[in-house]
Amino acid sequence: MTLTLDAPRIVTTRPLVTLRDVTKTYGDVQAVTRVSAEVFPGEVLGIVGESGSGKSTLLRMMNLEDTPDSGSYTLDLPDVQGNLFELGRFARRMLCATKIGIVYQNPHLGLLMKHSSSGNVAERLLIAGERRFSVLRDKARAALAASEFPLERLDAPPIELSGGMQQRVQLAKAIALEPALLLLDEPTTGLDVSVQALVLDTLKRLQQDRNITMVIVSHDLGVIRTLADRVMVMRRGEVVEAGLVDQIFQDPQHPYTQQLVHAKL
Amino acid sequence: MSVILHVQGLTKGFTMHHLGSQMAAFSDISFDLNAGEFLLLKGQNGAGKSTMLRTLYRSYLAQAGQVLFHSDHGVIDLLRAADVDVTHLRRTEIGFVTQFLVARPRVSAEDLVAEPLRMAGHSAPQALDKARYWLKAFGVKDSLWRAYPTTFSGGEQQKVNLARALILPRKLLLLDEPTASLDAHARVALVARLQELKQNGTAMIGVFHHPDDVEHLIDRVIDLTPDAPNMEDRADVAV
Repeated sequence: MTLTLDAPRIVTTRPLVTLRDVTKTYGDVQAVTRVSAEVFPGEVLGIVGESGSGKSTLLRMMNLEDTPDSGSYTLDLPDVQGNLFELGRFARRMLCATKIGIVYQNPHLGLLMKHSSSGNVAERLLIAGERRFSVLRDKARAALAASEFPLERLDAPPIELSGGMQQRVQLAKAIALEPALLLLDEPTTGLDVSVQALVLDTLKRLQQDRNITMVIVSHDLGVIRTLADRVMVMRRGEVVEAGLVDQIFQDPQHPYTQQLVHAKL
Repeated sequence: MSVILHVQGLTKGFTMHHLGSQMAAFSDISFDLNAGEFLLLKGQNGAGKSTMLRTLYRSYLAQAGQVLFHSDHGVIDLLRAADVDVTHLRRTEIGFVTQFLVARPRVSAEDLVAEPLRMAGHSAPQALDKARYWLKAFGVKDSLWRAYPTTFSGGEQQKVNLARALILPRKLLLLDEPTASLDAHARVALVARLQELKQNGTAMIGVFHHPDDVEHLIDRVIDLTPDAPNMEDRADVAV
C-alpha cells in the first residue's frame, strides 16, 4: 500500500519525506511491512492504528533511532542526500539535531529531567554547534515562548513541572533549530483534557505560523482529526488505508478503518 | 462562459463491511458547470444530495466517473488527484459550506474566521480586519468575537461557520444547507454574499432545505430523485 505515490500530481511537485518499502522485524515479529509514504512540505500526516500496529516503530525509524531490515528514507533538503538509513552514527546524530525534531509521549525519553527547562533546549543548540551564551539563551527563550511555556519558569527543571508543561519543553527543544520535520509520538496521551487542548492548539499554531511538516502518531482519533491533513491507517505492520483526514473519518473503505472510526465515542 | 467543472458518469455507493452489504447513493450523473453558475441539487431525503457534494469535495470516494476541475494549475480529475493536490485546491479554489461549525478548542471566533485568509498568505492584521467585517455582516455580536465558539448557540455557530467559509472567494463553492438554523438577518447577509460571489464568477452547487431563499440565484436544477429526469434548465423547473 502506498500513499499518493501513484496518483497524478499537478500542484505540488516534491515531497519532503519519502519512505519506500520500509520493513522491520524483531525476531519473529514483523513490526513494519513494506510501508511506503510521502509527506509534503507543510503537511501534517497522522498515523493511527491499534497498539502493536507498527506506527511508533515507523516513527522511531523516521527519527533514525532504529534501522529497518530494508527500505529507503530520503529528505528533500539541501545537503541531505541518499538513503538516510545508510548514514553512520555521527551523521544521524547531526541530522536529527538540526533537521528533525521529536516529541515523545514519555518526556523522560526526550528531556534531562533535573536540568533547567531552558538548559534542555540549549542542549539541542549546543549539539548543533552553537557556543555563544547570548545566542543560546535568546534562542532557547524564543523556542520556549513559541511553545507557550511560561517564561518565569525558565530555570525550573522538568521534574518539577506538570505533564503539559513537560510536553511544551519537549516541543521547544524539538523546534529550537526550526527543523524541517517534526515527529510527534502520542504527544497528548496521558494529559488531562484541558491541557491536551492547550498542547493541540500550540501545535496547530506552530504548523500554521511556521509551516512545519509534521508526522503525528496517536491512538486518539480526535487528536488526529484536529491536526492532520492526511491519515495513514496501520494494522499489524501494514498500511491498510490512507487518505484525506475527512475521507478516512467520513467514508472509510477498509473493514478495519470502518471498525476503528465507528468505535470512536 | 468558461467551464469550471465537467462531471461524467459519477457514481457513488457505500460498502458497509460490518453488515456485509452495499448501499447505492446515485449513479451515472453527468453535468457541466460554468463560472458564475448556480446549480441546485434537489430530491427527497436520502436521494444523495449531500453525498453528491461530499463526493465532489472528495470527502467521499466515488466508485466510478470523472470530475474534471479547471483549476488555476490546469485541468485536474478530482476523483484521482493526489491527496496533497486536493488539500491545496481546498485551501485556494474549492470551498465547502456546511451547516456545522468545526470549532477547535481555545481558538476564538475571529481567529477561526481569519484562518483561511492567513493560510492563503494574507497578513494577520489584514485577515483579522476582514474576519471582523464578516462576523459583523452575519450578525455576530462584537462581544463574542474573541470568545470560543464551542460555547455558542447553534445559530451563532452557524454564522461563524459562514463567515469562515465565505471569507475567501473561491472558484467553486459547494453549499450543504447553509441556511439551516439561521435567523432572517443572517439569511439576507448570506444570500447577498452568494450573489456577490456569483457575480464575480464563483460557480456554486447547493442543497437547500428552503430553496426559496436563493431562488433568484439558481440557474439550473438537478433532481436526484430516482427515475426523475436528471437535469433541467431553471426556466423549465418549478423549484
